[in-house]
Amino acid sequence: MNSQWKILVVDDELIMRESMAAWLMEDGYLVETAESGHEAIELVKNNQFAICFIDLKMPGIDGIEAMMEILKIQPEISAIIITAYATVDTAITAMKEGAQEYIVKPCNPQEISILVQRIIKIKTLERENQLLRKRLLKQYDFHDIISKNQKMAEIFDLIKDITNLPSTVLIQGESGTGKEMIARAIHQAGSRREAPFIAVSCAALAETLLESELFGHEKGAFTGATDRKPGKFELASGGTLFLDEIGDITPKLQIELLRVLQERTFYRVGGSEEVKVDVRVIAATNKNLQEATYKGDFREDLFYRLNVINIQIPPLRDRREDIPLLANHFIERIALELGKNVTGISNNAIKCLIDRDWPGNIRELENAIERAIVSCRETVLAAESFAFLIPQDEDRTSWSLPGNMTLSAIERLAIESTLKRCDGNIKETATVLGIDRSTLYDKIKRYGIKR
Amino acid sequence: MSAIYLAPGLHIDSEVTEILHRRLREVFGFPIKQTAPFLEADEAYDHKREQYSSVAILHQVTELIEPDATRILGITTKDIFIPMLSFIFGQAQLSGQAALISLARLQQTFYSLPPNPILLADRICKEAVHELGHTFGLIHCLDIRCVMSLSTSIEQVDVKRDDFCRSCRTVLLERIDAIGQYMPDVEEEQ
Repeated sequence: MNSQWKILVVDDELIMRESMAAWLMEDGYLVETAESGHEAIELVKNNQFAICFIDLKMPGIDGIEAMMEILKIQPEISAIIITAYATVDTAITAMKEGAQEYIVKPCNPQEISILVQRIIKIKTLERENQLLRKRLLKQYDFHDIISKNQKMAEIFDLIKDITNLPSTVLIQGESGTGKEMIARAIHQAGSRREAPFIAVSCAALAETLLESELFGHEKGAFTGATDRKPGKFELASGGTLFLDEIGDITPKLQIELLRVLQERTFYRVGGSEEVKVDVRVIAATNKNLQEATYKGDFREDLFYRLNVINIQIPPLRDRREDIPLLANHFIERIALELGKNVTGISNNAIKCLIDRDWPGNIRELENAIERAIVSCRETVLAAESFAFLIPQDEDRTSWSLPGNMTLSAIERLAIESTLKRCDGNIKETATVLGIDRSTLYDKIKRYGIKR
Repeated sequence: MSAIYLAPGLHIDSEVTEILHRRLREVFGFPIKQTAPFLEADEAYDHKREQYSSVAILHQVTELIEPDATRILGITTKDIFIPMLSFIFGQAQLSGQAALISLARLQQTFYSLPPNPILLADRICKEAVHELGHTFGLIHCLDIRCVMSLSTSIEQVDVKRDDFCRSCRTVLLERIDAIGQYMPDVEEEQ
């Protein structure tokens, strides 16, 4: 259906643009006309065009200038420059600046017809390709976890096998790898999905608080306990309790947790009544629990209770093939949330993302994409959009010190490197270095640092 | 009842208008009427291109629209063009009232071939139906045998039939029905 494609005809001559528009409309295209480059640029800001016919000679800004502006706004437009007097020079300029075709009027109707059909055919294929890519992305999407990595595929298979079992699961992986996402997927895919999924971060709370948070408390159990309050175990009844950062719990709580896992019963803080629970526990940690048991920091019996089913999530640097998938997924979601017209990412930018090690894993990648989208003025994220990501090599060299450096040389290096990272912004550099602006100016002057 | 008007150029033979009377009546079902012959304006002539501006002649045709005309078809012997293209066989106002066809490139003599009146009559009917089809809102059809398929060469005109494919016909009949509901019946009013 041609009606889904819009064509723009830009010509200062009324008869030319109107007759051309009428001719294209007979083919079913939606056609808009503009009598100047400025008008065309304004139209392109608010409309998506597949093709733009632009007359070379127009008063005000000429066809090539107008085309360059238009392509800045919508790089995917196929621009066709029209001229009555063809010269090799203008043809070369037009093509260099991004024109897809350069045609001399009047031209044979068949020629124009074939040209338009050819462009539309490519556009249709491109659109189809995007749709198929989206479908492919969904194929790699398991309850919002996106991956085509073999290890992750094995995890997905394991999740499918264990969703309906009551067994405890231990998820291990570096910070930011998506442990809670996996826990939620296990919950969502199984028969407990109608019941609550309760997540508790064990590292965030002090021992006594965590105890009352998990098991609840009776009225008057401690100062401030004015009411009886159910704990997370009770709230998660019939569902799943996700205990994040389990490696951080104290020995006392380790014993209490072991008891719940063994007996499936517990006492509220300050209570004497045994409470029975049917809760599936999923624990997660970024620590090596096995090692912690050797050191005596974590109870071995609790470790084995938790480690009935073990899931090891690989860090992002070990599944780099997922970076393009994840990047596109985040762009689609974040652009929508922020209301920004960012639709994709350039190959160079993807390469730049793949080359990084991402110590903060997926969370770090997500934050980087969000920051890039916020400051992006084009529809596609370019490598420059990620300039804020410090090149890793540079980062390392700035902290590896040759043995023969003086303290002032190190200070100079620190200032230079921070200045570069902050794009020469004095205020930001001073804040990062923890010194006054005036001190920074003095040091820059003293060391003769170029900004 | 409203009618389709033929607006022949000064040099159009009566045979051409008679053929069109019959064929257009069959295809569109409206009464066919005719305006007085018109002379293509001198201003429409482009000396550099040695052709007539289709937009200018179509404008002349629109000025001949009678109150009871639902559509009007101008017929000219002149070779016509729009600025972007080297020639066109015809032009129409999409979903409008007026259309124009040129016989210049429908004649075998244009291609240095002996005249063929039967073939010419066939081509005239196809182009007339095609352009009037546009005035009823029909766009180009992908079926190369359908009269609404795009013709940018005389071979493409000859390949297609002088009638609509099933889907174009369905759309056309809907549009004609819609006109019947709200077009004033001028004759009865008078």
